[in-house]
Amino acid sequence: MKSWRKGIARTWPLHLLILPATLIAIVFHYVPIAGLVMAFQDYKPWLGFMNSQWVGLKHFHSLFMFDESVQVIWNTLIISVLKIVCGLVVPIVTALLLNEVRKQGIKRSIQTLVYLPHFLSWVILGGILIDLLSVKGGIVNRMLEDWFGLQPIFFLGDGDWFRFVLVVSDIWKEFGFAMIVYLASIAGVNPALYEAAEVDGATRLKQTIHVTLPAMLPIIVVVATLQLGNVLNAGFDQIFNLYNPLVYHKGDVIDTFVYRAAMVKGDFSFATAVGMFKSVISFVLIIAAYRLAYRFGNYRIF
Amino acid sequence: MYHKTVGYRVFNIFNHLLLIVVSLLCILPLVHVLAVSFSGKAAATANIVNLWPVDFTLESYAKTIDNPAFIKALLYSIYRTVLGTAIGMTVIVFAGYALSRRNTAFKSRNVYMWFFVFTMLFSGGLVPGYILITNLQLINTIWALVLPMALSVYNMILLLNFFRTIPAELEEAAVIDGAGLFRTMFSIHLPVSMPALATITLFTLVGHWNSWFDGLIYMMDTSKYPLATFLQTVVVQQDFSKMSINPQDMENLSQRTVKSAQIFIGALPVLIIYPFLQKYFVKGIVLGAVKE
Repeated sequence: MKSWRKGIARTWPLHLLILPATLIAIVFHYVPIAGLVMAFQDYKPWLGFMNSQWVGLKHFHSLFMFDESVQVIWNTLIISVLKIVCGLVVPIVTALLLNEVRKQGIKRSIQTLVYLPHFLSWVILGGILIDLLSVKGGIVNRMLEDWFGLQPIFFLGDGDWFRFVLVVSDIWKEFGFAMIVYLASIAGVNPALYEAAEVDGATRLKQTIHVTLPAMLPIIVVVATLQLGNVLNAGFDQIFNLYNPLVYHKGDVIDTFVYRAAMVKGDFSFATAVGMFKSVISFVLIIAAYRLAYRFGNYRIF
Repeated sequence: MYHKTVGYRVFNIFNHLLLIVVSLLCILPLVHVLAVSFSGKAAATANIVNLWPVDFTLESYAKTIDNPAFIKALLYSIYRTVLGTAIGMTVIVFAGYALSRRNTAFKSRNVYMWFFVFTMLFSGGLVPGYILITNLQLINTIWALVLPMALSVYNMILLLNFFRTIPAELEEAAVIDGAGLFRTMFSIHLPVSMPALATITLFTLVGHWNSWFDGLIYMMDTSKYPLATFLQTVVVQQDFSKMSINPQDMENLSQRTVKSAQIFIGALPVLIIYPFLQKYFVKGIVLGAVKE
């Protein structure tokens, strides 16, 4: 008891420094978690949490009863898995190719251009894409027609094309930024390894396969594992800024579905239940991912 | 010497070409929008603009600046970005510094760390957050945009990892000279960490500038939309339902060149700070990923 008091006497300035962060975390992160009780109620804003009626698992039950919401779960999984796979392969391949560029000036210019889209929001990129992909004279359809004589493609109005646009535009925005960690791991390879491989007569391709890739493997494993926590995140900002009712059947995902249920239809409790379903599964996946990443890559968050 | 073989040379040429084409593809969409924004109305409607303006004019920018709703949104965005970054940085610098102390000197450190990290792993989601802001009566106030974003645990961890790389000798020297906890922070940790602080400040600035969804749900009063939200609803989605807007402005807003000008202005601050950002972020990310 005495040592505890002595500890406080010594560390109170530290607690004081953390206090603002603690208060914000409690009010804006922990209190909403308590608000999840409304997933088990028929929440009415004018009745509040105390007086709204308890309905148990009704909303979770309806989540799996409606064809629409089951479709939304499938859409989420399909879109996010496509994005995760492409989002791993493209940056790794580009990092390897960029490593072959010896002129530092060219290398740096390429990096400058490919990192840029990461910092622009999906509002901006969505606005640009809607203009580029327009059926009525968008530059992409114009090029397809002029160069290949194709009919205009309804990129944002056809479900399958919409998914294609989601994956490609996600790569456009993120592949450069995702490449940074791989470039760093390539830079960390001991040059003596390449010299030894050279002496043994290894071609550049063989050096890449037997020296560079093994050096990158730990970070690839860590990144891939941590992506596990994202399988229910199909990218709300991107989809919200690009979709329209024509592509709901193939492009509507859990987050956009929750938004419309809550903010458009006002069905607060059902929306909370769907959101909670997503949060709980994601939480379990993230914890599993961190444990795996720790085991395979010795990765720690802090 | 693989550099000298014919196969590698051919590969090298194609590799350069491929990478240059890919990197140009990354920014050509932006160049196209810029070209449209400087083009004449007729040329843009006739879809003959590619990567260079046709019938160069500043008309669309003039119309944009003449639109009071746009200017209001722009100013509100600057306000929320400056206020939000100032508050956000203060919160994470203080907390990050305290949490960079060693476990032996600060026993409850691990409890705090798990307390903060948990907020990254699990959240109440959209509806409880919205109801909280409503019950706190923050709807339509700047605080709805600033406070929920004030604690970025990710940035805080980046910063505290950086603080931990500062040699203990520096701090010991300060302590021997009689510096207390706060004095050490201001005269040792903060000056030494300028690159990390700059990176994280820029990240926070960009985060606030780009943030649009909070404006959309927390601002009932459309005259308080930050620019990103204004662009999202009015410019991109062309949703005028929540706005009282005169027919002239409405026609201007749906004009393709004016839309392009507004999208470009929305991206401009990020483009301006990008060179400074790029100087630091590679270091910052690698530092965050590779820990002792």
